[in-house]
Amino acid sequence: MTDGILQSAPPLSPPQPRWQRLWIGLFGTPLNAAVTLGCLALLGWAVPPLLRWTLLDAVWVGPADRCADAAGACWAFIGEKLRYILFGFYDQDRQWRPAAAGAILLALAGLSGMPLFWRRATLWLWLFGLAAALVLLTGGPAGPAVPTERWSGLPVSLLLAVVGLVGAFPLAVLLALARRSSMGGVRTLAVLFIEVTRGVPLIAVLYVATLLLPLMLPAGAAIDKLLRAQIAIILFVSAYLAEIVRAGLQSIPAGQYEAAQALGLGYWQSMRLVILPQALRTVIPSIVTLAIGLFQDTTLIIVIGLFDLLNTARTAAKDPAWLGFYDEAFCFAALIYLTVCVIASRYSLWLERRLRR
Amino acid sequence: MRTSSQAPSRPSSRSGLSPRVLIAGALSLAIGLALTGAAKAGPTLDAIKARGSIKVGVGTQPGFFSPDSNGRWQGFFVDFGRALSIAVFNDPDKVQFVASSPQQRLPSLQSGEFDILLSGVTQTFTRATKLGFHFGPVVFYDGQGLLVPKKLGVTKGKDLNGATVCVQTGTTGELNITDFFRQNKIAFKPVVIEETAENQKAFASGRCDVLTQDSSDLAITRTQLPKPDDYVLLPERISKEPLAPAIRYGDDQWLEIVNWAVYATIQAEELGITQANIDSFLTSTDPTIRRFLGVDPSLGEAAKLDPKFAYTIVKTVGNYGEIFDRNVGPGTKVGLDRGFNKLWTQGGLLYAPPFR
Repeated sequence: MTDGILQSAPPLSPPQPRWQRLWIGLFGTPLNAAVTLGCLALLGWAVPPLLRWTLLDAVWVGPADRCADAAGACWAFIGEKLRYILFGFYDQDRQWRPAAAGAILLALAGLSGMPLFWRRATLWLWLFGLAAALVLLTGGPAGPAVPTERWSGLPVSLLLAVVGLVGAFPLAVLLALARRSSMGGVRTLAVLFIEVTRGVPLIAVLYVATLLLPLMLPAGAAIDKLLRAQIAIILFVSAYLAEIVRAGLQSIPAGQYEAAQALGLGYWQSMRLVILPQALRTVIPSIVTLAIGLFQDTTLIIVIGLFDLLNTARTAAKDPAWLGFYDEAFCFAALIYLTVCVIASRYSLWLERRLRR
Repeated sequence: MRTSSQAPSRPSSRSGLSPRVLIAGALSLAIGLALTGAAKAGPTLDAIKARGSIKVGVGTQPGFFSPDSNGRWQGFFVDFGRALSIAVFNDPDKVQFVASSPQQRLPSLQSGEFDILLSGVTQTFTRATKLGFHFGPVVFYDGQGLLVPKKLGVTKGKDLNGATVCVQTGTTGELNITDFFRQNKIAFKPVVIEETAENQKAFASGRCDVLTQDSSDLAITRTQLPKPDDYVLLPERISKEPLAPAIRYGDDQWLEIVNWAVYATIQAEELGITQANIDSFLTSTDPTIRRFLGVDPSLGEAAKLDPKFAYTIVKTVGNYGEIFDRNVGPGTKVGLDRGFNKLWTQGGLLYAPPFR
């Protein structure tokens, strides 16, 4: 019997050389050939003008007048505006501070990606790192205070995304646990919060935080605008993160829960020591996906008048001295977003492979 | 440039509950709440002095307000913000400029996000009465224009039957263009876009036949189009757009400071006083000039202001004409003529009440 089944399997064809597989993929059938030729034609049509614009006819250095005469991109504009695009209105002679803060945030995110750092001590690293970044941006021991109205550019984008995710994390874990709790009231509240928040677009949450919240507060009690946006982002992200964490909790076999109970662990102990470490590990790839989305979503703060990287890039082209170089500004911003997101998604793939092992 | 008093709640061509509809709802609610809450807020001037700086709401429009390469705000309205800072603190830099989009700036002013809105708001009846804003003196007289490609062969607005019109959301421009086509009993199709730059792109790519904005904006838009000579600004001005500083009800003293800081720049031009020659006027025997510059300190003392506030304003940012020419005048990329914004003595509308 078993022999029969084995024999009925189709014999494996001998492995073809790589170029041959490629040839069949590209030109194997008339349809494939047509698609390939179509794509080549499209590339031939699009690439040469693009190359001419970005490289050959581009102006790399010089004043704005030189750019006006050129047919290509004006990268001199990026050179002139680089500091403004990256750091916006932050005091020029203190821009090392937001630069250092941004570097700390990136380093924290990078380190936490390494399995070596998936341990409790990393929590302290985060607390310390975040505090250092905030002190650097605000001033205090690092020098004269800079009000949040002047925080802008890339550090703000990073701050909103990183703090948004990290701040949402404890809340999301609690929400996920509450949603699976047997206490009816707690569960209903969690379900209500998660579903309402996920049913509202981020832009509406931001509008509520910037426009409605100050009107509801008693006179004189003002909360900083950036802080309001940050809190709105934290609350918004926590709902999505809670669902991811809940998926992780559900993936843990019931035997683990029972084993923890059998060891005499209480609810919180079993969650902390047995369930969550396993559950969170399985959902890291989903969290990375959420983080990439969040980093891009922070550009929405443009609508409430905060200056993230995209907004500083956009307004750089409104300076009458360098008027209208929107294409260059957006290309530059896109390049930065692309770099960060490609690194993050490559990391996610690497991690998935590693976790599967 | 101008913010509509209403949230943009007119029927959208798109179906479903779009973010715009949600935002419109939030804004209406915000304005409603603001009307009940505004009276409770303390006087603006006290808040400014306690904070040590003035919060000024601005937009982003080349020549009027834009950050330079050093991250410092520059522009026509920005200079008036600096003038206010001088009037209150005797220092041009005790002012924070907060950028705001057309849709959110009025609710933000209501909620106390800024002490004054210098973002080119059109002074209207509704805004002054229903929304509860006081307006300072008009600093820029503008009017809405129509920019069309020459190849349409159109010479006046009435020829535009059935045209597709690109217009910015949340501005009086949206209401004006609707009124204009209704009055002339001709049809049009609006293409409504929030962002100025997007609007220009849509027009340049031929998505619409007409671009309508304040004529000051259109002048600069035209220079930014791939072939400026292919486009023409139609002669009509379909609206009056007096752009003035706006503040909340409830602080008369603050309003007067705004008024007289602006008037000081106009008065200086009228007296022929400029940034360069102002010191030579300090020895003048003319009582008008002596009062104006604070050589005779009686005016400032009565107003509890630094008697030399007008002197410092003109010395630091210049008179009205200098502010205009430096930021948006014929020598700049914006390249605007003074037009209505000339002194009354030269056929314009600018007129400062006497400093006495």
